[in-house]
Amino acid sequence: MTLPLASAPGYEPIASTFWLGRLSLDALPLHDPILVATFIMVALGGMALLAVLTYYRLWGYLWHEWFTSIDHKKIGIMYIVLALIMLLRGFADALMMRAHQATAFGDSTGLLPADHYDQIFTAHGVIMIFFVAMPLVTGLMNFVVPLQIGARDVAFPFLNNFSFWMTASGAALMMVSLFVGKFAATGWLAYPPLSGSAYSPGVGVDYYIWGLQIAGVGTLLSGINLVVTIVKMRAPGMSMMKMPIFTWSALCTNILIVSAFPVLTVVLALLAMDRYVGTNFFTNDLGGNAMMYVNLIWIWGHPEVYILILPAFGVFSEVVSTYSGKRLFGYTSMVYAMLVITILAYLVWLHHFFTMGSGASVNSFFAITTMIISIPTGAKIFNWLFTMYRGRIRFELPMLWTIGFMITFTIGGMTGVLLAVPPADFVLHNSLFLVAHFHNVIIGGVVFGMFAGINYWFPKAFGFKLDEFWGKLSFWFWLSGFFFAFMPLYVLGLMGVTRRMSKFDDPSLQIWFVIAAFGALLVALGIACFLIQIFVSIRRREALRDHTGDPWGGRTLEWSTASPPPAYNFAFTPVVHEIDAWWDMKQRGYQRPLAGFHAIHMPKNTAAGVILAGLSTVCGFALVWHIWPLVIASLAALVVTTIVHSFNYARDYHVPVAEVERTEDARTRALTAHV
Amino acid sequence: MSMERETGHHGDSHDGHEDHSEASHGTVAGYVTGFVLSVVLTAIPFWLVMSGGVSSSGATALILTAFAVVQIVVHMVYFLHMNTKSESGWTMLALIFTLVLVVIVLAGSLWVMYHLNTRMMPMPHEMLNMP
Amino acid sequence: MSDALVLAPSGDARLTSTDAPVFYDAAGTHHPQNGTLLGFWLYLMSDCLLFAALFAVYGVLGRSYAAGPSGAELFDLTLVAVSTAMLLLSSITYGFAMIAMQRKQMRAVLGWLAITGLFGLAFLGLTLYEFAHLINQGAGAQRSAFLSAFFALVGTHGLHVLFGVVWLAALMVQLRAHGLTVANRRRLMCLSMFWHFLDVVWIAVFTFVYLMGVLP
Repeated sequence: MTLPLASAPGYEPIASTFWLGRLSLDALPLHDPILVATFIMVALGGMALLAVLTYYRLWGYLWHEWFTSIDHKKIGIMYIVLALIMLLRGFADALMMRAHQATAFGDSTGLLPADHYDQIFTAHGVIMIFFVAMPLVTGLMNFVVPLQIGARDVAFPFLNNFSFWMTASGAALMMVSLFVGKFAATGWLAYPPLSGSAYSPGVGVDYYIWGLQIAGVGTLLSGINLVVTIVKMRAPGMSMMKMPIFTWSALCTNILIVSAFPVLTVVLALLAMDRYVGTNFFTNDLGGNAMMYVNLIWIWGHPEVYILILPAFGVFSEVVSTYSGKRLFGYTSMVYAMLVITILAYLVWLHHFFTMGSGASVNSFFAITTMIISIPTGAKIFNWLFTMYRGRIRFELPMLWTIGFMITFTIGGMTGVLLAVPPADFVLHNSLFLVAHFHNVIIGGVVFGMFAGINYWFPKAFGFKLDEFWGKLSFWFWLSGFFFAFMPLYVLGLMGVTRRMSKFDDPSLQIWFVIAAFGALLVALGIACFLIQIFVSIRRREALRDHTGDPWGGRTLEWSTASPPPAYNFAFTPVVHEIDAWWDMKQRGYQRPLAGFHAIHMPKNTAAGVILAGLSTVCGFALVWHIWPLVIASLAALVVTTIVHSFNYARDYHVPVAEVERTEDARTRALTAHV
Repeated sequence: MSMERETGHHGDSHDGHEDHSEASHGTVAGYVTGFVLSVVLTAIPFWLVMSGGVSSSGATALILTAFAVVQIVVHMVYFLHMNTKSESGWTMLALIFTLVLVVIVLAGSLWVMYHLNTRMMPMPHEMLNMP
Repeated sequence: MSDALVLAPSGDARLTSTDAPVFYDAAGTHHPQNGTLLGFWLYLMSDCLLFAALFAVYGVLGRSYAAGPSGAELFDLTLVAVSTAMLLLSSITYGFAMIAMQRKQMRAVLGWLAITGLFGLAFLGLTLYEFAHLINQGAGAQRSAFLSAFFALVGTHGLHVLFGVVWLAALMVQLRAHGLTVANRRRLMCLSMFWHFLDVVWIAVFTFVYLMGVLP
């Protein structure tokens, strides 16, 4: 198969063989010292990890207890671990970018060659959105929702495991792109014609496409899974309007996922067709229209940002009410606000390309809808403040993150409303002001929300709290680091500086970039403190132990279980009467049952998810490098594996009564010993 | 690839209640009615276009759309057994939500792209035809 | 006063009169409802949006002929009418299979499924024939944006039908292996929804692509 003609300057066609496609030793970036050094570090670290795992004979444990597990709690934890690993790479990209931009003035071209810089800002965006924020959010929802609704697992436990591994598979392709070949240099949304085969003829955009398509399958299925779980598996008595507010946020988020991700799938598939088959969807000639790509990708892209923020809102609602010791103010209006946001999320997408030239009438429509959508969010902020008002506030870590969010996110929201005004946007579009705005809301909203959620639910997941000292240090470094890193970018944007620039001629701008780089260093310290926090907490876990399962005086059902909960979550399905069901139970003298347990019906572990995702990784890699025999073989293997898996009808088992009794007795002893 | 959550010994004894409480089912009469209606609703549009029927393209397009919408409803009712009771109304809610989004995606894209295309700068070869 | 289920010291669950509300299902009678049908319906809704995006692309690019052939010049409406008939017939034969399933008539189920599969394959054959014919005429997907959009939309629909046929074959084997169990009936219902959904999409395809495509 011949490659389409490329018109990119300096392009050398990659030679292709039948068995290896475009792959050859030239794909290894041996000439690039940074990459070689990175590879050596990763290889050494990786080998050390493998050696440790082998020495302590942990492979069997990992395989049976984690990788093949269909337990939503374990899958949730694995998502978050994946996200934190990818955070390190995505943030390394950020440090490199800040260091480069702070030095790329006058005679200096900065630390990085331009093409390298382009790949870094692209990878930074893709990793942070798809492989950090999405897995964090998905992992948290996976862990918490079944516990909050009194269920034993999600509706489709096997699909859950498969979804996780597909996300991991996409991440794996991204990591491979660092060392074998290149990544896309197009920005995180890869607009054509730049991302088409004429201007990006290499493998970079292909890595982008297949990494996201594979991860996208996982996300879509996870969306369906959680919607059905919430609709069908709530405990008796838990009507929709008695659900915990985080569960409501999960429902809205997953509705957005199910409806938005198909559009992304189509857009990426059409771009792939342009690149592989030579079709003309987004080309400059033969009738193609690159603007249609921008239109469709943002029809997905705007709901995507609400997918990221709604769970964070859910976390804040739980945290604020728990640490204020009060019922959430305005539960009904909070629910309606999220439902309105869900619907309006589909009516604002054009504000991402006001400047593409659709004219005043179209621009005004979307400007107005964009301004309207800020209203329900504002209502939520007031509800949180009213919840705190006259509460007995405890400034535990999740509450600190929440207050940090309220200040930071509000500023970001306001700059968003400013950007929603088309004449203003004509000046600010694609400037550093825009970059500051979206980092403001994503870091202030999503990242702070995820740290709040992690600190809040960590004791439930692992049985001990996170260390407070290192947690506070992490928080203050993140908060101050964010402001130092991004406030200068607002200033620079207002002065007209464009995003994604790798070289600057005006030396008066440099001071702002240096301040921003300093901010990035503070955030790096924040991340380091977070990692230390985890390490220290594990070492001090007996002192931090959560014996009761309810370390914070929680209000929702997850706090009625042991920390960590048994695999089956609840020995008896709870019966719900009020909102804040666990609080209600505590107030009304709930007695935990000590006997009369039944055998519990649970799903079995499975290797099918790992295998299918592994095959998908191989298929994706083969597609990137045009290794056609391998593409066909791996696709065939995928189909066969799926069909074979569908012939497996023996997917569940019963936890024997004796085992349930043992587990519950252990809990009884723990509770009575620590009354 | 469905996950069954019935216990072994409950499995078959749940047959009866599964059938009646879950999806609605069709009857021979229902399927045949749906089929006949669909045939008619397909044949007329085909005939209309192939015979060069109505003069105005715009009017034809509207008529074709109307027939398509009606036939889709026929399929939903007679083949897919759409009703407001299924899954406590969630099926219908999901369908309505999806349809709203489909309309937004289609109408929105067409509206936006029409404006964008109209306001594109003419290409050099197009300039030759301009007054 | 209200009755409530409590744990007596002996360990049995007993009904005693007390004011305490019941906070747990001691008898273990609560079974979460099976979510497969709703889940599959939601997947179909996501597929609906996938096709909507493809239709949007066709709507925007569908007249961009790039001085190449248009729908009026290319589309053979007779062929499309026959394809439509194949798909419509397959819908009703699947319906008969479902009725046989309700009546627990395994042989009839397998028979109707087989016929459905044959109609599906006929539809696929006609689609492939049409594609081959277009490509031979130089009207492949690379010729213009209109043709790219056409092949993407009709091709995606055809791909779905192909998956449906493969699924149908696998399900027939599973039916012979395990019979009309609850799980298999659920699978039949899912495939039923899928199959009819594909016919719904085809209504939109033949209307907006083929019939309107030949209009001036």
